[in-house]
Amino acid sequence: MSKKLGLIVNPIAGMGGRVGLKGTDGEETLEKALKLGALPESPQKARKALDYIIKNIPGIEILTYPGDMGENECIDVGITPIVIGEINSKKTTFKDTEKAALMMVEKGVDLILFAGGDGTARNIYNSVGDRVPVIGIPTGVKMHSAVFATNPLNAGRVVKGFFENTNIELRESEVMDIDEEAFREGKVVAKLFGYMKVPYEKELVQSLKAGGVFSDNICLEGIADYIIDNMEDDCIYLIGSGTTTKKILDQLKLPCTLLGVDVIKNKKLLLNDANEKDILNIVKDNKFKIVVSPIGGQGYIFGRGNQQLSPKIIKAAGKENIIVISTPSKLISLKGRPLLVDTGDENTDKLLKGYYRVIVGYDETYVYECSY
Amino acid sequence: MSKDVKLRNFHQAKWDEPIIFELSTPGQRGILLPRIDNEVVNTVGNIDEVIPKGMKRKNKPKLPELAQPQVLRHFLRLSQETLGQDINIDIGLGTCTMKYSPKIHEQFVANHKFSELHPLQDESTTQGILEIMYKMEQFLKELSGMDAFVFQPGGGAQAVFSNASILKAYHTDRGEGEKRNEIITTAFSHPVNSAAPHTKGFKVITLMPDKETGYPSIEALKSVVSDRTAGLFITNPEDTGIFNVNVKEMVDIVHEAGGLCIADIADANGLFGITRAKEVGYDMCHYNLHKAFSSPHGSMGPCCGAQGVKDFLAKYLPVPVVKYDGSKYYLDYDRPESIGKIRKFYGVVAAVLRAYSWIMSIGADGLKEVSELSILNNNYLMKRLLTEVRGISAPYSEGNYRMEQVRYSWQKLKEETGIGTNEVERRCMDYGVQEYYQSHPPYLVPEPFTPEPNETYSKDEIDEYVSILKKVSQEAYENPEIVRTAPHNAPISLIPTDPITNPEDLIVSWRVYKRKKGLK
Repeated sequence: MSKKLGLIVNPIAGMGGRVGLKGTDGEETLEKALKLGALPESPQKARKALDYIIKNIPGIEILTYPGDMGENECIDVGITPIVIGEINSKKTTFKDTEKAALMMVEKGVDLILFAGGDGTARNIYNSVGDRVPVIGIPTGVKMHSAVFATNPLNAGRVVKGFFENTNIELRESEVMDIDEEAFREGKVVAKLFGYMKVPYEKELVQSLKAGGVFSDNICLEGIADYIIDNMEDDCIYLIGSGTTTKKILDQLKLPCTLLGVDVIKNKKLLLNDANEKDILNIVKDNKFKIVVSPIGGQGYIFGRGNQQLSPKIIKAAGKENIIVISTPSKLISLKGRPLLVDTGDENTDKLLKGYYRVIVGYDETYVYECSY
Repeated sequence: MSKDVKLRNFHQAKWDEPIIFELSTPGQRGILLPRIDNEVVNTVGNIDEVIPKGMKRKNKPKLPELAQPQVLRHFLRLSQETLGQDINIDIGLGTCTMKYSPKIHEQFVANHKFSELHPLQDESTTQGILEIMYKMEQFLKELSGMDAFVFQPGGGAQAVFSNASILKAYHTDRGEGEKRNEIITTAFSHPVNSAAPHTKGFKVITLMPDKETGYPSIEALKSVVSDRTAGLFITNPEDTGIFNVNVKEMVDIVHEAGGLCIADIADANGLFGITRAKEVGYDMCHYNLHKAFSSPHGSMGPCCGAQGVKDFLAKYLPVPVVKYDGSKYYLDYDRPESIGKIRKFYGVVAAVLRAYSWIMSIGADGLKEVSELSILNNNYLMKRLLTEVRGISAPYSEGNYRMEQVRYSWQKLKEETGIGTNEVERRCMDYGVQEYYQSHPPYLVPEPFTPEPNETYSKDEIDEYVSILKKVSQEAYENPEIVRTAPHNAPISLIPTDPITNPEDLIVSWRVYKRKKGLK
C-alpha cells in the first residue's frame, strides 16, 4: 500500500493564545498578535510530529504546501517533501489552507495531517468535507473540535497506526468552532460545523479482552432500533443534530439533516431541517419528544449545534420528554464530567439540570448527570 | 520499602506445535481395544441391535489418528507453551482471584469414591456427597446470613441469571411481573449483572460512578427508582476495590420502592468474616466457589455459582435442593414454585467438594485471615506501585485504602511514552508472568490494569511482581520499542488482534478451518 500523507501547517495558529487574544482568526487580530510579540507555535509542534513520523514510518510520502505551511518543517527534520501549490501573498490565509486541502485530495493523499486549531479544521472541512481522513496536531488557541490528537507526538503515533493497520476504525468527529468576536467579548458560543473522519486508535479505550465491547456502529444501531421500536403513535419526535441521532433516520430510511433538526411522526418524515418557528407550529397542542445526543468530548446536549431547539420548545416539551442518546464511548470520553446545557435562558437550563437515563444500547441506559 | 528483586532470565519453551489434526496419519492407533469375551457377546447379543437406531451415527467421526506417545508429546509441548496459575505469579489476573488450589483437593476429586459416583445412583448410596453438599450449604448460610443455598448454577453468570429468574418469579407472583421490568446496576459491578437480567428480559439501568468516590451517588439512584424497579444487582466492593459505603442506603431505597436487592459476591476474598449479605439487607446473592473458595478455574470451568436466598424466596430456588430429614440426606425435586431445572443432576459437585475441603482445612478463623491478608497484600502492592512505578495511577478515592484489588491506569505512561496497557501487559510476559487483566467493560478507567494479590502470594512474590512492572515502565520511558514489540521470550510474539475480533474471520474449529481454506 502506498503511504501518501498530506501535511498542512497553519503557521500562525496558536499565536493569539500566548498574548491573550483567544484566537488568531482575522487579519487584524494577527497583526495585533505580532505586535504583542507572539511567536509561531505551529511549526515547532509540527516538527515534533514529523520527526516521529520520519523515524517510524518507512516509505511514507509527504505532500505539502510551500514555505511555513509544511515545506520548511519537513526540511528541518530531514524530509524531502513533494511540494504542491503556491502561496500568493507573503502571509498565509485560510484560503491557502482550503486550497491546499483540495489539491491534496485531488492528488490522492490517504490522510491529511494538519497543525492548527478549530479555525484550521474548519477551513479543511469547508474545502473537502469528509472526503479524506484527517488528524490534527493541536497548536491552536481554540480546540473544541474532536479531530485533534492529544499532543504532537501522539498525532505522529496516530499517523503510524493509520498506515500500519488497514482495518483502523474511522470515526466521524465533530468540527466545532466558536464565534471569535463574541469570544473576545467574553461569550462562548460554539457552533457545530460538521463531521470529518478521524482514525481512531482503538487501543486507547478498549481491547480484545473486553469481550462484549461492541464497535460504535453496533451500539448506534441498537440505540436507533430501540428509539424506533418504542416510538409512540401520533407523537411527534424532534430529532436533534449529529451522527448519533442521524442513525435513527438512517434506520427508518428517511433523509436526514446532519446539522439540523428533523421532525418525525408515526415513523414518517414531517420536515427536514426545521427552524424554531417551524417546530413551534408543528408541535402546537401535540404531544412531542426531543431526541438529542451530546457533542463528543464536550457533553453539550442543548445550546451547541441545535439552537433551533429553543428554550420555548424545551419548556413546552418538559424534561420527561427529552430523550438523550449516546454511544458508551462518547459518554466515557467526558471522563466523568457532566452533560451540559447552555440554552441562553437560565430557567430552562435549571429545568434541564439533573439525571438522565441516557440510552446507550437496546434496552440499556446509563444514568448520567446534566449540569450547566 | 523492599529492595528491587533481581528479575529472572526467563524464556518460555517454543515448539511451533501443529494442530493435532495436522499430525494425524490414517491408520495409526492410540489404543487397540481387546476382543470381547464370548460370554459377554452371548449375554448382550449383537451390539448393532442393542444400540437404538436413532443413536447410531451414519459416518465415522473424523478424529485425528495418532499413537499414544505422539499424543502425549503433543499435549506436553502445548502445556509448556502456557503460563498457568501453578507456574507463574498470577497476581495480574484480578477480579478472578487466582489463588493456590491445594493439591490434596485433587486427590479427593480423583478418588474413586467420588469420581465413580453416578448421578442416577440411588440416594441411599450417595449419602456421603449429599452430606458434604448439605454441610457446605450450612457454611455458606453462616458466611452470608442467607437462609438457603443451591449449587446448581455452573458459574457466576448462570447464578446471576438464576437470581434474575427468581426475581421475575417473585414479582410475577405478586401481580407485578409485567410492570416491574427494570433492574438497576452500577458501571463497576461485573457486567454480568446487566447482561444476565437483560437476557431474562429486564431493561438495564446502569449508574455511573461519582468522579471522586468511584461509586454512584444516592441522588443518581433516587432519580431512577420507581414502581417499575424490579431489583438492584450490585457488586461491592466493585471492580475498583473500593467499598461502597452507601450500599445499605441504596438497598433501603430499592426496598422502599418494592424492589429486591441482589449481591454479586463472586469475588468474596475481601469479605470473609468482615461483612455479610444479610446485614446489608440483600435478598439474594451468589458466591463463585471457583474463586475465593480455592476451587480452580480457567478455560471456562469447572465453575460453580453457589446461589443463596432469603427464606421468602427459597421456594423459587432451582431443583433439586439437598435436604436432611434427621436420619438421611435426600434430593428434593418436589418444589412446585421452583424456577425449575437449570443444570443436569447435582450441579458442579467437584467444585463443592474442593470448597468444602478448603473451609474444613482453614476453619472460621482461617477464613477471616484470608480476607485480612488479601486486603493487606493489596494495600502493600498499591503503596509500592503508586510510589515507585512511573506512569501508573489509581483513579477515584485517592489516598484511601482499597479492599482486595485495585483498578489502576497507565494513562500517564501512554501519554508520555505512547506505551499503553496492551503493550505493558505483553512485555510482562517476557519476565515470566502471564498476561494481566485489564478491565471489564465499560472502560471507564483509561489504559486499565486490575491486579489482585490474594492471600496465597508471599511478600517476595509481590515484590517480584512490583519489580517487573517497574522494569517495564522504565523500559517504556527509555526504550519504548522493546515494549511495543513484546513479547520476545514467549512462544508466540505479537498477534494482530483484528482477525480475532472480526467474527467473520474467526476460525474456531478444524472443520471451519478446512472449509475456509478450501482443504479436503
